[in-house]
Amino acid sequence: MKRALWTLAVLLSHWRRHPMQLATLLIGLISATALWSGVQALNQQARISYDRAAATFGGTRTAMLVASSGVTFPQKLFVDLRRAGWPVSPVLEGRIQIEGRSLRLMGIEPVTLPAEVGNAPTIGKASLQSFMTPPGEMLVAPETLADLKLAEGARPEASGTLLPPLRIQPNLVPGVLVVDIGIAQSLLKMPDQLSRLLIGKAAGKRAPLENVTGDKLRLVEPDAETDLERLTNSFHLNLTAFGLLSFFVGLFIVNSAIGLAFEQRLPVLRTLRACGVSARMLNVVLVLELVTLALAAGLIGLVCGYFIAGALLPDVAASLRGLYGAQIPGQLTLKPQWWFAGIAISILGALAAAATSLTKALRLPLLATAQPFAWQQAQRRWLTYQSALALAAFAGAGGFLWFGDSLLSGFAVLAALMLGAALILPMVLEVALSIGQRYAQQPLGVWFWADSRQQLSGLSLALMALLLALAVNVGVSTMVESFSRTFLVWLDGRLAADVYVNAANDDQAHEIKSWLRERPEVEAILPGGRADTQLAGAPIEVLGLPDHATYRDNWPLLQSADNAWTKLRPGNAALVSEQLARRLQLSVGDRIDVPASGGNWTLDVVGIYADYGNPKGQIAVNFAALTRRFPEIPLTRMGLRVAPANIPALISALKEKFGLDDRNVADQATMKAESTRIFNRTFSVTAALNTFTLAVAGIALLTSLLTLANSRLPQLAPLWAIGITRRQLAVIELLKTMSVALITTIFALPLGLLVAWCLLAIVNVKAFGWRLPFHLFPLQLLWLTGVAMAAALAASALPVIRLARMQPASLIRIFANER
Amino acid sequence: MTKDSPSVTGPVLYVTGLKKSYRTAGEEVAVLRGVNLTVSAGESVALTGESGSGKSTLLHLIAGLDAADGGEIRLADAEVSELSDAERAEMRRDRLGLVFQQFNLIPSLTVEDNLAFQSRIAGRHDAAWHSELVERLGLGRLLKRYPEQLSGGQQQRVAIGRALAIKPLLLLADEPTGNLDEDTADEVLALARDLVARSGCGFLMVTHSARLAATLDRQVNLHAGVIA
Amino acid sequence: MNASGRITRRGFVGGALLAGFGGEALAQGFAGLGESAEGFAPVVPGRTFAFPADHGPHPEFRIEWWYVTANLSDASGNAYGTQWTLFRQAIAPGGPQDGWANQQIWMGHAAVTRADTHRFSQVFARGGVGQAGVEAKPFHAWIDAWEMRGLDPASDENIAPLELKASGADFSYTLRLGALRPLVLQGDGGYSRKSLREQASYYYSQPHYSATGILTIDDKPVDVTGMAWLDREWSSQPLASDQSGWDWLSLHFTTGDKLMLYRMRQTDGQHYGSGKWITPDGKAEQLASGDITMTPLVFTEIEKRKIPTTWRIAVPKMALSIECTPLNARSWMGTSFPYWEGPIRFAGSHTGVGYLEMTGY
Repeated sequence: MKRALWTLAVLLSHWRRHPMQLATLLIGLISATALWSGVQALNQQARISYDRAAATFGGTRTAMLVASSGVTFPQKLFVDLRRAGWPVSPVLEGRIQIEGRSLRLMGIEPVTLPAEVGNAPTIGKASLQSFMTPPGEMLVAPETLADLKLAEGARPEASGTLLPPLRIQPNLVPGVLVVDIGIAQSLLKMPDQLSRLLIGKAAGKRAPLENVTGDKLRLVEPDAETDLERLTNSFHLNLTAFGLLSFFVGLFIVNSAIGLAFEQRLPVLRTLRACGVSARMLNVVLVLELVTLALAAGLIGLVCGYFIAGALLPDVAASLRGLYGAQIPGQLTLKPQWWFAGIAISILGALAAAATSLTKALRLPLLATAQPFAWQQAQRRWLTYQSALALAAFAGAGGFLWFGDSLLSGFAVLAALMLGAALILPMVLEVALSIGQRYAQQPLGVWFWADSRQQLSGLSLALMALLLALAVNVGVSTMVESFSRTFLVWLDGRLAADVYVNAANDDQAHEIKSWLRERPEVEAILPGGRADTQLAGAPIEVLGLPDHATYRDNWPLLQSADNAWTKLRPGNAALVSEQLARRLQLSVGDRIDVPASGGNWTLDVVGIYADYGNPKGQIAVNFAALTRRFPEIPLTRMGLRVAPANIPALISALKEKFGLDDRNVADQATMKAESTRIFNRTFSVTAALNTFTLAVAGIALLTSLLTLANSRLPQLAPLWAIGITRRQLAVIELLKTMSVALITTIFALPLGLLVAWCLLAIVNVKAFGWRLPFHLFPLQLLWLTGVAMAAALAASALPVIRLARMQPASLIRIFANER
Repeated sequence: MTKDSPSVTGPVLYVTGLKKSYRTAGEEVAVLRGVNLTVSAGESVALTGESGSGKSTLLHLIAGLDAADGGEIRLADAEVSELSDAERAEMRRDRLGLVFQQFNLIPSLTVEDNLAFQSRIAGRHDAAWHSELVERLGLGRLLKRYPEQLSGGQQQRVAIGRALAIKPLLLLADEPTGNLDEDTADEVLALARDLVARSGCGFLMVTHSARLAATLDRQVNLHAGVIA
Repeated sequence: MNASGRITRRGFVGGALLAGFGGEALAQGFAGLGESAEGFAPVVPGRTFAFPADHGPHPEFRIEWWYVTANLSDASGNAYGTQWTLFRQAIAPGGPQDGWANQQIWMGHAAVTRADTHRFSQVFARGGVGQAGVEAKPFHAWIDAWEMRGLDPASDENIAPLELKASGADFSYTLRLGALRPLVLQGDGGYSRKSLREQASYYYSQPHYSATGILTIDDKPVDVTGMAWLDREWSSQPLASDQSGWDWLSLHFTTGDKLMLYRMRQTDGQHYGSGKWITPDGKAEQLASGDITMTPLVFTEIEKRKIPTTWRIAVPKMALSIECTPLNARSWMGTSFPYWEGPIRFAGSHTGVGYLEMTGY
């Protein structure tokens, strides 16, 4: 024990003399742990929210009964089932409009609510009595209350009815209002009607479902994976992929720092061995040292990770809300597992990165050999081995591409592709440098290329990191740009009306319409409406489009039958959104049965349209037909066709006349700006992680170069002795780094485009349900190349400057016999 | 003699009153206290002395790898202490051959490229002389190999070849055979003497071996910072 | 009270039955029964009972229950006990509202007890929609799939015959109850005092049931026969504010006599007792507080509470001196308001079986 401590002290003394090295090691571990755990914190946060949403009064985590046909069913079925021993609890769901905002209203029955369902949402201090007895209470998430700009206890109105006082319920999912079932029935004007029955886990005898309710109800089994989880899988996979990438890049840094420290401590290790420290003991102490460092760095990394997650959370939340409608609270809550997992990953990562060094220490020969390291042979073996692995990875990518049909296989294609590319990179560089060497005329030129080749094994990990970071950057920014371009064109088609109005209620909508009809500058009033229902077990929106040229001319259809718009008119045909069509494998000519208020509605699919950014499936039908089938939907939305010059005057007249504000009336430009803003925010997390990854790759390159710089003195000293100045040597070293970085970058560009293609053609289709056209953005590629070269320049600057300013004494030391 | 060999006869190196001290642990240690030394063209001189006597320091000062505190070093017509860093590099490149105990070959280059390296950057590559060196050093079959694939003796022969390829005025060698066994050392040194005689340059070799020193034309001993 | 306020079945009682009225559960007597009764009808002496109407609910009073216990045995002589209870509680005064606006909350408790096991279940329901309720004619009390139903030919005076059903996760039973004698008004013509102040309830019993049926524990059915006892009680504030709970017994003597006894425990140590002795020919003798001595003999620790499960009971006036032992000392009802309720047997001056209920420990 004492000997172990003494040995540890000897080993640790190294860091005191090489603080920079220690810093490098810690930076590597910290950045690896920080980015990984930051991303994990974000994922965890989101998962907690999904779980909460899923558990909220019977989301998908609870088995339930729903109407076999139609949207609601009579309450009597609830009583019949209870009397037959079924532990069911009723829920009624609908939408109400408060302050021009449409919110989900849920009526629950707290007395029969199964304990396991009630676990997630808690009804604060408000007692059950005041919740159940008139006027009752309306539970609301603090976020929603803030959105509504209302105070707790306020009683807003909806369609002229005074609502129960609002009570804050901190754990509630935002955008949902919860009231007692009886209050919900009266607010939604659906007396004695229920949307679903949650089935509790209580065991006991129960009569078969058919004997009690006939075929009126249908059992929906609980789903381990929530809808939100399914929808947001791609987003989290994306985050995880970035986290993992950064983690590995961080480990590259650790690997080079540990490698250097090990090389420098070889004489010390030999001496220790010579003094009688066993190889085992030495390794134990080395591992101990490493674990101690990893523990310290892991803790700092976790704290950094926490801040990274905290900084990214608003954007992540905005992305998830914009893309999937998932509500994530803006406050991080972390489970203890997160801390343990973070520390564990730091230690495991450090051990993995140190594996080669530790193996070397175990096999350390007691006497130093005079022979220089046989780099030529070793490098050839290594290159062959890596290239074989790379080919295997490419074959794997091909296999996943050919046989896979899921989001995960899409990511597997990407991972295998990137792995293969990283592994083949040294070979690519070797070939490129050999060609350079063959055509070099000058001896310095020959040395330039030959020496670059020799440096490959030392630099390759950092270059791989650079390659991966660049390829992902190229891929992701190409995807984002492609999406952006497609999205803007699509938005032009979708937002075809000039002014959008949303009245507070149906009565006001009616007044506004009458008033607008008198205005000569209004060329057309296009009423709009939407209903919520479900198709094949998943919620969908039914959009009502009036029969008007505005839609016929602008609405972006991907595929359509002849005269699709004419066929829509009678109300027995629908257009289907791309993601819904992909999910249900619908094509033009198919037929769907949509549950409507009065029973099922059979519709022919006459067209498929792009509906980017909508988490729900959507179908579009004739507006008049929609109001016939869903008579209860609010008819408060409308679009107006107005000549551009008359827009501002009309909007201010509307605001003044009907007391509308910016939330209720907007022109097309404002709507577009808003959509684009949401869109841009959606990708800001990706951009931030992109930057992080590139920065970490830059650090990896820097530390590799620093490491190499020290070990390269014996190679540079003879050149200096022969008569090449330090300045010349520094310039040559810089050029060498820049040229390998350039070759790597050039290799990264096509790889990145391949990544972009994978994202657009495989991952997006599986994740979101839409396929985007592939666009090439040469200027962006050029810009990224510039960034990569700048990163390489920044990384090589320090070692090069140090070389140029190096004291001759340091170089002489290489030759001195009397050392 | 080939056409562009240095047309120097008589002394190629004058060292007069050379002084050098080092500061170690806050204490000034005078290593060289006024060294005088002359090496003529075609002459081989062995510099001996006990460990720490400053043999290597003297050699480094002559090669311009380090700066002296006082005294003069003249290589042919150039005063080394007056040269700038770049000029000293140029001097080493064009006029000096250096051989060290740690062979100091360039591991990324083949034997052939190592041999030609200095002469090419000095712009004094002489194909005939190059071939002659290869032949005399017995490196013919090793040209495509890398330093790591050579024995110690072979590596030192390459180092000597590289140093002589530029036809230097002066060949400086610091314990060139220190890492070699006795037989190999004798063989390598014999080759070196032979080639020095063939090229007509001066040869100053630091060694602690009296036996090897005895094989050179002249022996000088560095003791207490001066040459006795 | 229920600090976290979760809407769970557990929290329901903590939240609804208690929270609506404020105050600590035990400080205000067991299950909030000591809460103030403002807005509800008071219990006053001299009420005239009318059947079958009084078999039905009395929503103007705050709380009410229909309570059946049975002492049963199978063909091999193994003893069993069953309990079937329907509680009603109004969370707000006023005339009953329709649908979900109804102020009644219903709670059902059911249990079966054997010497080696005790199983129980609890269910809740809101009034007004049909999930639970009581109708007087034809008599029907139900909550979910549990029910107590009057069968033909119905006798309103006897409140018999009845079919009784309940089930839990791991037990169920169906019993048929018959009675040849009329029900008995407890206390003073059905006015049952609970303290020296005005706390009282309306209370009548049917102690004369014979019972047959099937009870199932862990899917193993057994045929059983025995005796059963029905208690009907309603009130607005049955416990005084300084009363913490009660010890209650119903006893079937082998002679055919029946005895109901209880004592309301007061925080000052002065307990208020009462009882009624019913002879086989239907005569009833009221017992006053001073007539009764109840002495705990053996305590059983359940959920960190010390429960007196064996009692010595003495009523010198009736030459009664018996020792009551439980069939299963762990007849614990771990429901929202936990209490002890289970079958007992007794010996001494008299022998027989009965039921013991202890609350507020």
